[in-house]
Amino acid sequence: MSLVNQFRSEPSRPVLVGPSALVRQAQQRKQRQQWLIYGSRLLLVVGVLLFWQFASGTILDSSFLSNPLAILRQTITWLSDGDPWYESTLIINTAVTLEETLLGLFFGVASGLLLGFLFGLQPTLERIFNPFIIALNSIPKIALAPLFILWLGIEIPMKVVLAAVTVFFLIFLNTLNGVRNVDQHLVDAVRLMGGRQRDVIFKVILPSATGSVLTGLHVAIPYALIGAIVAEQIGANHGIGYLIQSSGESFNAAGIFAALLVLTLIAGLLNAIVNLIDRKTSHWKAGLKLSSADQS
Amino acid sequence: MSTVIHIEQISKSFIRNDREIVVLHNVNLEIESGSFVVLAGPSGCGKTTLLNIVAGLLPPDSGTVYYKGVPISGPRLEVGYLTQKDTLMPWRTVERNVEMPLEIRGIAASERRRRAAEFIRLVGLEGFEKLYPHELSGGMLRRASLARMLVTLPETLLMDEPFGALDAQLRLELQNELLSLWSRQRSSVLFVTHDLEEAIILGDRVVVLGTGGHIIADEPIALPRPRDAFHIRFRPEFTNLHRRLWDALMESRLQVQRQEVRL
Repeated sequence: MSLVNQFRSEPSRPVLVGPSALVRQAQQRKQRQQWLIYGSRLLLVVGVLLFWQFASGTILDSSFLSNPLAILRQTITWLSDGDPWYESTLIINTAVTLEETLLGLFFGVASGLLLGFLFGLQPTLERIFNPFIIALNSIPKIALAPLFILWLGIEIPMKVVLAAVTVFFLIFLNTLNGVRNVDQHLVDAVRLMGGRQRDVIFKVILPSATGSVLTGLHVAIPYALIGAIVAEQIGANHGIGYLIQSSGESFNAAGIFAALLVLTLIAGLLNAIVNLIDRKTSHWKAGLKLSSADQS
Repeated sequence: MSTVIHIEQISKSFIRNDREIVVLHNVNLEIESGSFVVLAGPSGCGKTTLLNIVAGLLPPDSGTVYYKGVPISGPRLEVGYLTQKDTLMPWRTVERNVEMPLEIRGIAASERRRRAAEFIRLVGLEGFEKLYPHELSGGMLRRASLARMLVTLPETLLMDEPFGALDAQLRLELQNELLSLWSRQRSSVLFVTHDLEEAIILGDRVVVLGTGGHIIADEPIALPRPRDAFHIRFRPEFTNLHRRLWDALMESRLQVQRQEVRL
């Protein structure tokens, strides 16, 4: 009798139990819970809107708080004042803000990744620049706006730069962290396989840092929008931030709320993108978390 | 038989808190081709450091390791190293992890897949190819690491307490599998452990190391093969060897403890 056959025991598989009565019950309970939560949310929104509408002009001062119908009217006006239709106030300004946000995101992410990897792979370089980077990062980015206006004017490039600077530090610091925290044992493993520096970078450092980079991206996406909006409020002729600012200056409360509504929609869209990225990568990110917990 | 690994006058120190700690001092050892040599010793006797030097991961302060007469200057492709810690890439599935050494050697994808599948089957991980390391149990992780090491058909294996973290039953199971895999390939093995029973079960020769990698005992294990990791312990020769080597190991422990007191 060979040893192989005698002693090879297959690793035991996890046992999956089919949907039993208990499982179905748990599912039904969960479903009811879901409906309760969605229903309550809907009720809350409708309640607040109704109260707002009917209290406006009596308990609430409509010149400060406007009311839902006025906001709706303002939104429709801003959507229909264009000829052709896509040159309406709301669409033009939304497009400008989106353009600034996405360009800022692109340049910020690209430069953050590049410098993050460079400094991560060259620790001496990182040690030389470290105090300066910390000093620059601790400046609130909004404080830089007047400087950017001086250099670039109040057109789109100024907003892109402000958004990009905000994004840059988030991506840069996370990338640097990711590259520096690469498990040395994994690097050794690749060296033992006969891997060169190129293999170490592409097969260990890059994928290992990805988790950290995505965490940075997660935070950076909303910050790009914040950067663009704040820049628009400081000095601009276009954009949602400008729309909010100019409505405020002309005491148009309905306009402020209508612009905020659009801003919320843009933020929601960007958040959906973040969630999509998260879901795509959660599979092995769980593994990264586990393996780093192992070491401690 | 010819010598595959020749360790000559190896010394290595580390500097910790501005103090020099001598881990290996003038160590000499020869490993014969095709033999299974076990280095046994308590933690802190420098066995892992010695293995890292033989693997080409760590340069010695002085002395030379020869692989088939050629001085080692870095990792060698014909040597496989199974480390104590699992070093599977967490972002790769079992299958892609096992393929990795072949990928680095530039072997075509279809050939990679075929050979990885063969070794995954060999270590008993069939059906788990698509799982990520964090989804595997400790024993399965070891099996996957073993498959990754074996997939390049290394002629020499270095193993550093590969089963140290497993429970006793699983350890026996994997020891048996290692024996049966080895009986087929007959590669040269340098195996490090602090478990004397494991050393006798597996080895053709057990070398007990003391402080600084100083050799306290070097015993041939004349037990017949094929061996069975569970039943072999009941043979009288096993008991005799165990007793003799145990004394050497206790001596080594004393040395290490005395050194630690001095530090």
